[in-house]
This record gives sequence, C-alpha cells and structure tokens, in this order.
Amino acid sequence: MTTRTRVSLHSVVPFYRDLRVLRILAQIAFVLFILAVGYFFYSNLIVGLRRFGTTLTFDFLRGNAGFALAESPIEYDPSEPYLKAFLVGILNTLRVIVVGIVLASLLGLVIGVARLSTNWLVSKLAQAYVEIFRNTPLLVQLFFWYFVGVLKLPRVRESFNLPGSIFLSNRGLALPWFNLNASFGIWLQYAAGGIVIALAVYVILGRLPPTFFLRRWRGILAIVFVLANLMWNAYALNPFAPTVPAVEGFNFVGGTTLSPEYAALLFGLVIYTGAFIAEIVRAGILAVPRGVNEASRALGLSYIQTLRLVTVPLALRVIIPPLTNQYLNLSKNSSLAIAIGYADVFYVGQTILNQSGQTLQVIVMIMVTYLIISLVIAVIMNFLNARFRLVER
Amino acid sequence: MATATETLKPPVTEIGVIGWLRKNLFSSPFNALLTLLALWVIYSFASGIIGFVLSADWNVIVTNLRLFMVGRYPIDQVWRVQASVSILAFLVGANFGVARRTGIDAPQIGGQWRALSRSIAAAVAALFLVLALLPFQFNDRVWLVASLALMAIGFGFGHLVRSRRVVTYLWLLSLPVIGAMLYGVAGLPRVATDLWGGLLLTFTLAIVGITGSFPLGVLLAVGRQSSYPVMRAFCILYIELIRGLPLVTLIFMAQRLLPLFLPEGLNVESAVRAMVAFIIFTSAYLAETVRGGLQSIPSGQTEAGRALGLNSLQSLRLIILPQALRAVIPAIVGQFISLFKDTSLVAIVGLLDLAGIAHSAASQSAFLGRNQEVYLFIAAIYWIGASSMALASRRLERSLGVGDR
Repeated sequence: MTTRTRVSLHSVVPFYRDLRVLRILAQIAFVLFILAVGYFFYSNLIVGLRRFGTTLTFDFLRGNAGFALAESPIEYDPSEPYLKAFLVGILNTLRVIVVGIVLASLLGLVIGVARLSTNWLVSKLAQAYVEIFRNTPLLVQLFFWYFVGVLKLPRVRESFNLPGSIFLSNRGLALPWFNLNASFGIWLQYAAGGIVIALAVYVILGRLPPTFFLRRWRGILAIVFVLANLMWNAYALNPFAPTVPAVEGFNFVGGTTLSPEYAALLFGLVIYTGAFIAEIVRAGILAVPRGVNEASRALGLSYIQTLRLVTVPLALRVIIPPLTNQYLNLSKNSSLAIAIGYADVFYVGQTILNQSGQTLQVIVMIMVTYLIISLVIAVIMNFLNARFRLVER
Repeated sequence: MATATETLKPPVTEIGVIGWLRKNLFSSPFNALLTLLALWVIYSFASGIIGFVLSADWNVIVTNLRLFMVGRYPIDQVWRVQASVSILAFLVGANFGVARRTGIDAPQIGGQWRALSRSIAAAVAALFLVLALLPFQFNDRVWLVASLALMAIGFGFGHLVRSRRVVTYLWLLSLPVIGAMLYGVAGLPRVATDLWGGLLLTFTLAIVGITGSFPLGVLLAVGRQSSYPVMRAFCILYIELIRGLPLVTLIFMAQRLLPLFLPEGLNVESAVRAMVAFIIFTSAYLAETVRGGLQSIPSGQTEAGRALGLNSLQSLRLIILPQALRAVIPAIVGQFISLFKDTSLVAIVGLLDLAGIAHSAASQSAFLGRNQEVYLFIAAIYWIGASSMALASRRLERSLGVGDR
C-alpha cells in the first residue's frame, strides 16, 4: 500500500511543477539568454571588424611602435615592437603603484594619528586635510597639481633648492641618488650570506629554554648582525657611488630626476589616498577599547609593549580589509595618468590602439594587466589579513 | 561663622581662555612643539591663500559661467534646464513637507526619512544660495528666487497631501519628464546630449548612473546569494571582474568598443555611452553594498516568510529586501558621492562635463595662466556637492542608529 501511494504521489506532480526540474530549466534558460546576448554582440563585432578590415589576432604586437616615450625604466627606442612599449607602460604603472602605496600608507598613518591628537590645532588641521581631499575628484586634483603646481615651478636655472641637494623645477624633482659600482654583485652575495646566518642563529637560539637571556634577545641580535654585516661590507667593498644633482646648462646633471608628470601623479595619488587611509587608521585605533590598553598596562606591560603586542595587532585587524580596498583603488586610479600625460600602461595602450587600430585586443590587454595587478595586491593583503586574524578556538 | 572655609576660585591657569589653551595646545612640551608646527603650517597656507586671493582674476569664470553650468546647451533653450531644476526644487520641498507630517504617525520609519529629506532640502537650499552668489544675470537670479519659492510651495503641498505615495509617484514621474524635456520631445527642438555640458552633464551622468545601476545592482546582489549555481557564478564573475578594473578603462571601452558591438547604423551618443559605462561600473559596487545588507538579515526572517506561505520571490520582495536596503542607505549615499566625483573622468574621453569644461577654459588664450582660478572653482563645486551629501549620510547613519548596534 505505502509503496503504491508514494509512486502515485510522484507521478501526480507533473514535471513543469517539479521544483528540481524547474530549477534546472531556469538555469538552462539563463545560460541560453546569456549566450544569445553574447552571440548578438559577437555577430555585430564580426561584421564591424570586416568593415574596418581588421582581424582578431595579436600579431600586430610585433610591429614597430614608432613612438617615443618620455620616460622608461628600461632601455626603449621607437624602433622596438609594440610589445616592448606596452611592457614599458606596465613598468611605469608599477613604479607609481609601489611607491604610491608606501607613501600613502605613511601619510595616512601620520594624519590618522594626528586626527586623534589631544592637540586641538593638530587634530583640526588633520580633519581639514581629510575633508578637503576626500570630497573633491582625484582628476581635478591631478589637473591642479600638474598644471598649477608642477608646470608653474621655476625653470631649471632658477629652481628651488631644498636642503639636502633636492631641486624643484618645472623639469621635475631632482634628488640625490647612487650609482652601482662593479663591487655591487659581491656585496649582494655577502648581504645574502649575512641574512642566512642571522636566520640560522635566530632559529637555533629559539630552541633554548624560554628564560634564557639569549633567547629573549635573539630578534634584536639577528637584526643587529644583519645591519652590521651590510654596513661593514658597504664600507669595505664600496658598492654604491652616491651622486648629487647639480644644475648644468638647461638641465640637471647627476642624481636622479623624477619627471614632472611622475611627480604630479605620485603626489596627487598619495595626497588623495592618504586622506582615505587616515580615516581608516583613525577608525582602527578607535576600535580598540580603552579598557584593553589599560588592562595591558595593569598587567605590567610597558607602553611600547602595549602598543606592539596589544593595540597595533587589534587595530590592524580592523584596518587591513578597508586598507586593501584603498590599495586597490590607488592602483586603479593610477590610470588617471593619461590626464597629465604620464606614460603608464593605459596611456601607452591608448597610443598603440590609435596607431594600430586594434581596439579590442589592446583594451583586453589593458584590462588583463589591471586585473592581474588587483589580484596580486588582493592576495598579498589577504595573506596579511590571515596573519592578523582573530584566532578562534 | 567667620571661620567658614572660603571657597577658593580655580586658578586662572586652569579656566577660561588660558585654561583651554593649556589643556588643548600646550599640555606638554611635545604638544607645544606640535602647536608651533601647526601654526607655522597654517601661516604658510594662509599667506599663500591671501596672496592668491589678492592676485586672482575671476574673469575666466564670469565669461564662461554659462559653459560651466550647461555647456553648449542652446542659449534660447536654457529655460528647459531651469524649469527642470525648479521641478526638482518643488519635489524636494514636497518630500520634506510629507516627511514632517508622516513622522508623527510612524516615528520609527518616519524619523529616518525625515532626517534624510531634511538634509536633502537643506543641501538643495544651500546650493541655490551658493549659486546666487555667482555672477548670474538678473533674470537668472529671479529664477533662483522663484525656485526657492517653489520649494516652499512644495513644502506646503507636502504638508497638505500628507501622502508619501503621491510624492513617490511624482518623483518617479519627474525623472522621465525632465529627461524628455531636456532632450526634446513633443514639439520642443531636440538638444542632443553632445551639446549638454558643465554641471548639467555632471548631474545627469551621476543621477542616470545611480538610478540605472540600482536595479541591476540589486539583481546582482540577489543573484550572488542565490541557490542557483549558474546565476551565482555569473554574478560573482561580473562583480569581481568589474571591480578589478579602473573606471577609466570602462569609460574608454564604452566609447571605443560599444559602437563595434552594436549593429551597423545604430549610433549611440557619446554621453549615453558614458552613462552605460557608469551603470556597468556602479552596479558591481552597489551589488556588494546590497549584499552586505542582505547578509545582515537573519535567516529567521526568510523562514518566517516561508512559514507565512510566501514563496521565495515574495519573501525576498516583501520581507528581506525592504530591511536589507534600509540598512545600507548610508552606504548607497556614499556610493553616489563617489559616482558624483567619478563623473569627472569623462573629461578624459573628451566629454565636456564640469571637469572637461574647466580643462578647455583653462587653455583659452584670453585667460592664459588663469588655470588655478578655474580648477579651484570647480573643485569648490564638487566639494560642496560631495561634502553636503556626506553630511546628510552621516546624519542619516546616526538616525538609523547604525553605529549604536
């Protein structure tokens, strides 16, 4: 009896009211819809490409670029292929992103702490900075820094001379730098050896009983050893040759010169992102309950120990996820370089696109570049986040 | 009684101006040093600003004011823009009027809504007052005053009808009406969006971007949470792909690739292509915001809906989404603020929004070297818009009690 009832019940529900069937049908319909939309675009694209007489291959990348780039971290000249020019663009983008992330973090940290200062004037000043730069578009700020800031600086001969041989002119920012001597390679090997020895010592001392004096100081010992090794060998081998910029004719000689475009872009990105990071840092510090700090002091930890072992780890837990977003924003915003003519990957890509007419391929290349950069930043920050995450039992 | 203890006044160093200074500026040698440093920073900025104000020449703004406001919108048709603004002013007033009345009946929901409508009304009124400071012609000033008056009339109207539904329908009706009036239908000469510019284009892009991306964003958020693997995979792919790309590349792609992907002969105006880019971009971010709201709703709510006999679509529409969306209103306002700032990126592809107009005005030969005035002017406009919205969202957050929970 029971078996028959179940069978008959099953056969009573027609397939078009069976939820399991409906779910699959709905998904098939969705896929078909997406495919139809995709096919519509694709067929238009094929017709369009035939009209323009272009194809969908990447062969054009081997053709001569034929355009010069204002700055390049590697050797590049116009007779080299498009692919090389694109690579230069990627390197220029990375140059802005890496330096920008470091500087924006430092600025954000300082401003975020200043915002919480008990000094009324300092905290109001920090607040004014944050409010001004967060609520205006980055593009307008970049226009301002470049066209009003950098390009209106004096010419090279009358450039501002800041302390420490730093020159500020409309040709950019000239800084003291260093060249590498032939002994640099040997120095690098010695440095690596020193780090390996220090690590080994650190691990071995870590096996000593916890109360042992040397075990408690092993971190400092290792760092001191590495630094001493680096400096002694730098003194003995002389791997760096410092050069100082000087005005000669219409240009700078020696040192290193940051182009006006690079300087303006970096400055704009750092100032803009710094304002956002400052708010994140402030929120992170405020998120640590005061009682936790007080409890840590009551347990006998010193101020520095409290900061290092209690406050910072707790604050970082709140800070890292939004900070990741800001780093991603900074890297994506670096594409605004095109507004002031800095040769980043987007700028170079657009030049290639205009010259070769291969719209789709170049846009895909640009997008893939940014996606990879975003992915790398996200992976690194997720790793950090996992390190500082609350360990739950 | 002569020996009664005399009440000692606090020492002069602890109260009043001196006490405040000691407490807030000179509490320790380090703080004193910081104060001096801050004073030096303020002094150098102030002297720079005073020097700039004394030497500034605002003629470049005065001459190009119409460009900054409406771009190349034909001068004999500008009344259409003005009428649109007046309609919006009326609606903002009506909104506030209704909100004040309904707040009494339903204090919980009314309170939030009242706070938001009050902030919006205050921001719009402030905007009119700021505009009145600009060197407009006489009849434009008359229009500004008339709009303010319309706002007051709208407030009275809202007070009288006391119906949120009527005002909501008026809002929904107003957007297509305004769009049609600006673009030109039914006998009005057509003004293609290529001629729109300045603040008009900036606001159009921002408003179309947020209203267009809202339904798409909600769909994507729901899709990402759905139990259908195909839909979920598609939504995750879309959201993460778009969020990994810079907005400029999307705007650029929409300009260059959209014509390739559409049938031959179908020509989409440049500003519309930019709108498509903004909708694609913002919907991905909005989806993540809305997802946050969806996740904040306990699963008991869905189960209760099912227990009441609602199907999953009904319980989503009637139970989950209203609560989820209300929880993320401040975040959506934040999204709108960044969209408002991001509209400036269309200047890169040659559209003449506020930033684009500024860029071209700064390079006019008649006003060579006057670009600081231009950029500061538009920066001020963006700043007023963005920070007043930020203020509104902060108030709303407080009235929602988001921080208290």
